[in-house]
Amino acid sequence: MAKRDRLSGNEAVAIALRQINPDVFPAFPITPSTEIPQYFASFVANGQVDTEFIPVESEHSSMSAAIGASSAGARSLTATSSCGLAYMWEELYIAASNRLPLALALVNRALSGPININCDHSDSMGARDAGWIQMYAENNQEAYDNMVQAYRISEHKDVRLPIMICQDGFITSHAVENIELLEDEEVKNFVGEYAPENYLLNPECPMAVGPYSITDYYMEAKRNQAEGMKHAVQVVKDVAKEFAALSGREYGLFEEYRLDDAETAVVMIGSVAGTTKDAIDKLRDQGEKVGLLKIRLYRPFPAEEIAKALSHVKAVAIMDRAEGYSNQGGPLGADVMAALYRARSQALAVNYVYGLGGRDVRVEDMEGVFATLKQIAADGDAGEMYRYLGVRE
Amino acid sequence: MATDISKLGVKATWKDLTEGMIIAGAGTSKEFNTGEWSTAKPEFIEENCKQCLLCTPVCPDSCIPVVDGKRGAFDYEHCKGCGICVKACPFDAIKMEGVN
Repeated sequence: MAKRDRLSGNEAVAIALRQINPDVFPAFPITPSTEIPQYFASFVANGQVDTEFIPVESEHSSMSAAIGASSAGARSLTATSSCGLAYMWEELYIAASNRLPLALALVNRALSGPININCDHSDSMGARDAGWIQMYAENNQEAYDNMVQAYRISEHKDVRLPIMICQDGFITSHAVENIELLEDEEVKNFVGEYAPENYLLNPECPMAVGPYSITDYYMEAKRNQAEGMKHAVQVVKDVAKEFAALSGREYGLFEEYRLDDAETAVVMIGSVAGTTKDAIDKLRDQGEKVGLLKIRLYRPFPAEEIAKALSHVKAVAIMDRAEGYSNQGGPLGADVMAALYRARSQALAVNYVYGLGGRDVRVEDMEGVFATLKQIAADGDAGEMYRYLGVRE
Repeated sequence: MATDISKLGVKATWKDLTEGMIIAGAGTSKEFNTGEWSTAKPEFIEENCKQCLLCTPVCPDSCIPVVDGKRGAFDYEHCKGCGICVKACPFDAIKMEGVN
């Protein structure tokens, strides 16, 4: 039986972790993710979990400790934000190339500089090529549900890759919303026991981890790693299906909101999808055929499926909550435009950079984006494809 | 799962590698044949050898086996052709292209 509660995103993820009861949780605090290890430490102190909680001296160490624990055979994770993620850069790649199924609860925050503690996606977008599975949430419920599904995906024998469960800093992490929680036993049974085939603490078979790969092996190693990522898409779908049977909440690679017959659409990641849905409802009432594609799985990138979902759309705006400094737009824009090109799409596409450093996005802002898309579709010309939303000109 | 490391030559495809490049099992470096990395090999001239055994301890890859106080043939499965043994030999009992 599900329990209704009202929780912040950080509390929701911490509760998911209590229900999962991982083996090792090293952490170093950084706003706005600090609450996750903070709540979890209280669960440890109260004896509600038997996790080894390690307060380390930096994020470089927290990811290193999580990697060490995972190599040893433990189910491990850490949590961080922004510069904390940047400081574990080196280890991110090692976790992925060592094929360690550990988790990272990421609360998205702008990278310095200028120094800023509020939401944008520059931290995780910078880590998009690190070989981690990346999953994003629109709200607290999704952050909780994604965390519950995380280990089932990352530990799957065809995948065995680390997973980043992302939510928007403050907007999702600190805002309290209604939420439906699963029973502890339900989560425990759904996630199951971690039983690695090979691990350092196995006395039957000693093991070497992370051996040096000379030029003769490095490329084969990277190609081997890519295979896990290829399998991840199907596993994400399968796990979501099982989760739906348990919770009644359905997830896919992305969410399509009133997209079926839409003539113009927005593609985005994270909490502003909620704002965009309000704008869509308002415009639909006025007879406008507008829709949304909200990315859940960003790495691996479901390019074919996205292009298919957008195949009937005349004009699309791809919203990036991170700068790419390519003079072309942001990372999501580049990925979606490449997907459209590969599918020989005729859709006119523009890429907006928005919401940097916590810049607010209102329903009217998104209505404005749809008005621009309507004009683009009418003109048959996208004009400047690299745009900013909500910046003072 | 033990890793069959002897199959990990430079012709191994990506499918032959273990996930995460892990090496399961202990003492596997003997089975990992690295000799194919080298471009030149030392040659043992047995009639010049006085069995002084100066060559054996200088080999970085333990490729000069000693049995009953006498050195034997080179282990070319692991010799990388560094030529240190050539320099160590006082009796011209080891020759290698490019090393005097």
